[in-house]
Amino acid sequence: MSKAPAYVSTTNACKACMPLGACLAFKGVEGCVPFLHGSQGCATYMRRYLISHYREPVDIASSSLGEKQAIYGGGPNLKQGLVNVMNKYQARAIGVATTCLTETIGDDVPGLVREFLGQAKVEGGAASVPPVIAVSTPSFGGTHLQGFHRAVAALVAQLATTAGPSNGQVNLLPGLVSPADARYLKEVLADFGLTGVLLPDISLTLDGVAKAEYELIPEGGTPLRDIAAMGSAAATIQLGCFAMPNPSAGQILASRFGVPLVSLNLPLGLRASDALFQCLERHSGRPTPERHARERGQLLDAFVDGHKYLAGVKAVVYGEEDLALGLCSFLAEVGVQVVLAASGGESPGLAQAVAEVSDGLAPQAPLVRSGVDFHQIGEQARALKPDLLIGNSKGQTLARELRVPLVRVGFPIHDRFGAGRILTLGYRGALALLDGLINTLLEKRQADNPVGYGYL
Amino acid sequence: MATKENGPPAWDPAGLKEEMLRQYPPKVARKRAKQMVINQDQPSGAPEIMANVRTIPGIITMRGCTYAGCKGVIMGPTRDIVNITHGPIGCGFYSWLTRRNQTDASAPGAENYMTYSFSTDMQDKDIIFGGEKKLEQAISEAYDLFHPKAIAVFATCPVGLIGDDIHAVAARMKKQFGDCNVFAFSCEGYKGVSQSAGHHIANNQVFRHVVGNNDEPKPGKFKICLLGEYNIGGDGFEIDRVLNKCGITNVATFSGNSSYDQFASAHTSDLNCVMCHRSINYVADMLETKYGVPWIKVNFIGAGATAKSLRKIAQYFDDPELTARVEAVIAEEMPAVEAVIAEVRPRTQGKTAVLFVGGPRAHHYQELFKEMGMRTVSAGYEFAHRDDYEGRQVIPNLTVDADSRNIEELEVEPDPQRYRARKAPEKIGELAQSGLPMKDYEGLIPDMEPGSMIIDDLNQYEAEKLVEMVKPDIFCAGIKEKFSVQKMGVPLKQLHSYDSGGPYAGFKGAVNFYREIDRLVNSKVWGYLKAPWQENPELSATYVWE
Repeated sequence: MSKAPAYVSTTNACKACMPLGACLAFKGVEGCVPFLHGSQGCATYMRRYLISHYREPVDIASSSLGEKQAIYGGGPNLKQGLVNVMNKYQARAIGVATTCLTETIGDDVPGLVREFLGQAKVEGGAASVPPVIAVSTPSFGGTHLQGFHRAVAALVAQLATTAGPSNGQVNLLPGLVSPADARYLKEVLADFGLTGVLLPDISLTLDGVAKAEYELIPEGGTPLRDIAAMGSAAATIQLGCFAMPNPSAGQILASRFGVPLVSLNLPLGLRASDALFQCLERHSGRPTPERHARERGQLLDAFVDGHKYLAGVKAVVYGEEDLALGLCSFLAEVGVQVVLAASGGESPGLAQAVAEVSDGLAPQAPLVRSGVDFHQIGEQARALKPDLLIGNSKGQTLARELRVPLVRVGFPIHDRFGAGRILTLGYRGALALLDGLINTLLEKRQADNPVGYGYL
Repeated sequence: MATKENGPPAWDPAGLKEEMLRQYPPKVARKRAKQMVINQDQPSGAPEIMANVRTIPGIITMRGCTYAGCKGVIMGPTRDIVNITHGPIGCGFYSWLTRRNQTDASAPGAENYMTYSFSTDMQDKDIIFGGEKKLEQAISEAYDLFHPKAIAVFATCPVGLIGDDIHAVAARMKKQFGDCNVFAFSCEGYKGVSQSAGHHIANNQVFRHVVGNNDEPKPGKFKICLLGEYNIGGDGFEIDRVLNKCGITNVATFSGNSSYDQFASAHTSDLNCVMCHRSINYVADMLETKYGVPWIKVNFIGAGATAKSLRKIAQYFDDPELTARVEAVIAEEMPAVEAVIAEVRPRTQGKTAVLFVGGPRAHHYQELFKEMGMRTVSAGYEFAHRDDYEGRQVIPNLTVDADSRNIEELEVEPDPQRYRARKAPEKIGELAQSGLPMKDYEGLIPDMEPGSMIIDDLNQYEAEKLVEMVKPDIFCAGIKEKFSVQKMGVPLKQLHSYDSGGPYAGFKGAVNFYREIDRLVNSKVWGYLKAPWQENPELSATYVWE
């Protein structure tokens, strides 16, 4: 394969910005309101984007800086904004993420927050002032995945307090996964009899129920006291390994509180799920619960049945690094030949990781491009002639041009329904993905067929 | 249990205002109080409202930023100008075809770049050392890729702060290419109080760099331009269909379904028809001053309003053939509209709506609700100015503050070659006498019923109070408000992007809207909130306030 031409500009990006990822992470903390320190447009754009994906209310506050504050500093607006969020929303925590504007002018947000907490005039007095978590997330410094992990690290660094006697619990850092995935992971932990802390936990906050009464802040999310107690856990399991800050949340818990860190790939497909279940067996001292063992068997059964449809099918996958890697691992298992794995974020380790999960299963390791946009993905894809694309909605124009189906996973999905309920993790998620994949191919085959066979 | 069928439940606007303000700190409450007005008949005209002022930090606003208004709203719907966002990746990504403005690029040779999002994707080093070089290369790449007629550059927050001179870069590249117009917009997000500032910045640059570039006359006897129509959900297509049927030529739409050449020829029309005056009335003024084209306010939202607007255009051109044609078209289109009104009205009569959008949409859409027998009991704008609320006559009295001073006002003079007064002043006077005033629009407040509540820049917290106390049958706003309002048991119709619907303009659009609102206000879904095994199943049709 010839080397892709280099461009200075980005055409149709395959990544969003850091503060968006941070807001997502903060949305997974109980009673937490995300707050963007910058121009109000950032909060509006990101709300719009998150809401259209999850179809849930997503309130993100803003310090609404204007030209004057851009010159003289945004401190007063930040403080006024924090008071208003506390009084109006009865927020139990506020996650403040910076934006390009405040990073460029150099506002010292941790300092301003400290100052604010010292002089806070909040209803109910100083005792009722909720924790304010600050994280630095300039869009010019990285992708939404990096922003997400930075916020998780900030939550742990600023809220985990105790290194008491081990409480036997497991910290599970799921990474950027769907509410359905988060729900599934909690269920797995419970089935192993483990007390676990999932951080963040968007299972309910971004996939809420219809209720008779509206809550300004939706129920659900990781409880603050659970985050505080993360330092006493028996272990931290971190899913995904790309775009982490140094130190990451898991590393902070390890270095500050001595909590052992286990780092796993996103449990996508059979082998990566096996690794997670093995890890949980070790920590719980129990065998994999019957129903999950059965789900594994059902998955393998489907692998056998489905192989005739998938063998030799060529796919292009794209998205965040961990998702792209996980998809490559799963697709290698089911006989789909990934011809290109692409990520918007720049992660040099991705190629090596993809080669490792493909080794022994795929006839050849996929071409890997990290730090690319859809223009570059398109240039490669046109030459590679895939049978389908797998990734978020942003590949839709390319799929249309290539006349191949697009199986939607990841973020953002704004042209299909139920994005928050897409399950991809574990044996159950792999099976759902497999069914979806095969049926998408069959649907196209049937539609394209001039005879229109009923049995496929 | 208050039943919704027995007419709207009583609510007290003064009580609502008090409740909304109760939780605010005194300073905030004082400011918000001036942005909430209870409508009343008074001899002095519409009550005064405070508008176009900065949003209070920490209050979750519906508003966007200057960049969003410039790049997303005004320049987004033009198909053959390549738009490059100069900045870090977020802004370009979030404005990548997120509004549902449609375009028709089916003509031979027509280019459509709207599915692209170009960005300089600035990194740390660009912030530190400056991004002009990178911008220059990005413009070159776009040019090499497409050879477009024009390239537009949009500044995001960091650009103004680090001092990149985007206008100099644009001018240099334009000169270098020779066959591609390159121009830039200083639309940093922190400028202005809302997206409205961005509309102004965008329109100024289009006027300065594009309008007047093509003098070739367009065919057609009755030539107009449509200003402030963005072809969301195909509104512009329906309006064009109706205009064509009447024999009226639309030379350029600003900016729904538009192309570079339309803007370049805009000065060749004989009348400017302004839809969303908020985003563009200043362009209409400039077109008149520089080229001699008068403007009138039109509204194609509502079947009655559409008919009225067509008649205004006919009245202006004062041609018996056109007048007859317009009447024939109205007569032909209305029966289908009336049939649907007759069908839905028994189910929609007396129901209530609240509208919080835009721009004049919060005003225009009241026409459609009236046609269905529905009342608008509360409304307000997201980014409007006082004249949108009270009427154009207040413009001389508007307070000029730091934020409005920030937005450039172009100095325009009659063009020595191209100025041509389309109508003699006496004729304009006669038209005004006979009920067609030029350059005028009414405000929202005088059009609303006494006791209705008008709220500027409604925020998330106030929206919740509003739903709780007013209990409207439908809430019209945007996607950011949609799911929280619906969780309170009230359907929400998106009037920014129309959900997945539209068009709602013109005659066919009115029918679409009636059916959509009928579906929403008569939804049974909230009746199932309580499961059958929960207590009092007979009261299961509960709303949050009951």
